[in-house]
Amino acid sequence: MKKSSAVIFVLFLILALVSCAPSTGMVMDSAESQVKLRNIQSRAFDTSDKEKTLRTVIATLQDLGFIIDKADLDLGMVSGTKLNFYAMRMTVSVRPRGDAQMIVRANAQYQLKAVEDPEPYQAFFNSLSKAMFLAAQNVD
Amino acid sequence: MLQRSVLLLISIFLIGCASNIPKQALQLSSESLQHRQIQTRYFDTDEKTLLAASAAVLQDIGFNIDESETPLGVIVGSKKRSAVNVGQVIGAIFVAALTGVPTPTDKDQLIRASLVTYPTHIDDVDKTKCRSAARITFQRIVTNTQGMISRQECIIDQKIYQEFFYKLSQSLFLEAHQI
Repeated sequence: MKKSSAVIFVLFLILALVSCAPSTGMVMDSAESQVKLRNIQSRAFDTSDKEKTLRTVIATLQDLGFIIDKADLDLGMVSGTKLNFYAMRMTVSVRPRGDAQMIVRANAQYQLKAVEDPEPYQAFFNSLSKAMFLAAQNVD
Repeated sequence: MLQRSVLLLISIFLIGCASNIPKQALQLSSESLQHRQIQTRYFDTDEKTLLAASAAVLQDIGFNIDESETPLGVIVGSKKRSAVNVGQVIGAIFVAALTGVPTPTDKDQLIRASLVTYPTHIDDVDKTKCRSAARITFQRIVTNTQGMISRQECIIDQKIYQEFFYKLSQSLFLEAHQI
């Protein structure tokens, strides 16, 4: 009995280690549903000023301890890295919706994993909306 | 026994994959205002001039420009330098002599700088009445003698920022007088 439980233990251990890393599956990273993910990562702001929105995103990222890696006004993209025990990378995109709104979407990776928790994004949009002097609205 | 091992396995399963993001990762910290003050200076000039002067300072201090987006006032540069620390090397030799196991020491570092400017006052008629701000952040990634990352951090040393902004105001003066 003792021996068989030890065998089961080892088998499970191997399974636990193997099941973590189907490494090519990481290309598509599709554990979460697209709709749900977009919901968590996007907010709408009542402004039509893309440049101002991007500049505020940059300032907010800097306040959060990120250093800016790349920025592009035409594409509406900003990427930054946060070190100091974090090893975190984040890309924020800004694109217009209609004439009066901007959709801001953020996606982050922490160490070797995509961030899919709603809470960190919530915190990010809270800081951003304070800096924008505008409310962050959920996108349907 | 079996029950305990199953419990242990479940916990390995949960912890083993990858650590989850700390909740406060994207929250403003209490130091963020202080860091902003250390990293920001205001100048009586328009944004374009400030950006050009900043790029020149980054070159002065040996950075290569990796990325720039003038419409948003962003310049990103980096440089690779030695990270050898004599004290650390001596310590490693002592440890190696005592234990017979060589310990890795810091070898080189990638230093990155990211500079963002923004206008705080725009005057289309009189350029000298414009006011702009520059915020710079430094980061470094240190690799050791085994080629592994030994440290990655944001540099928050007031003296470094003071020196940078001193150089930047010099640069603005030089550019204004076309030296």
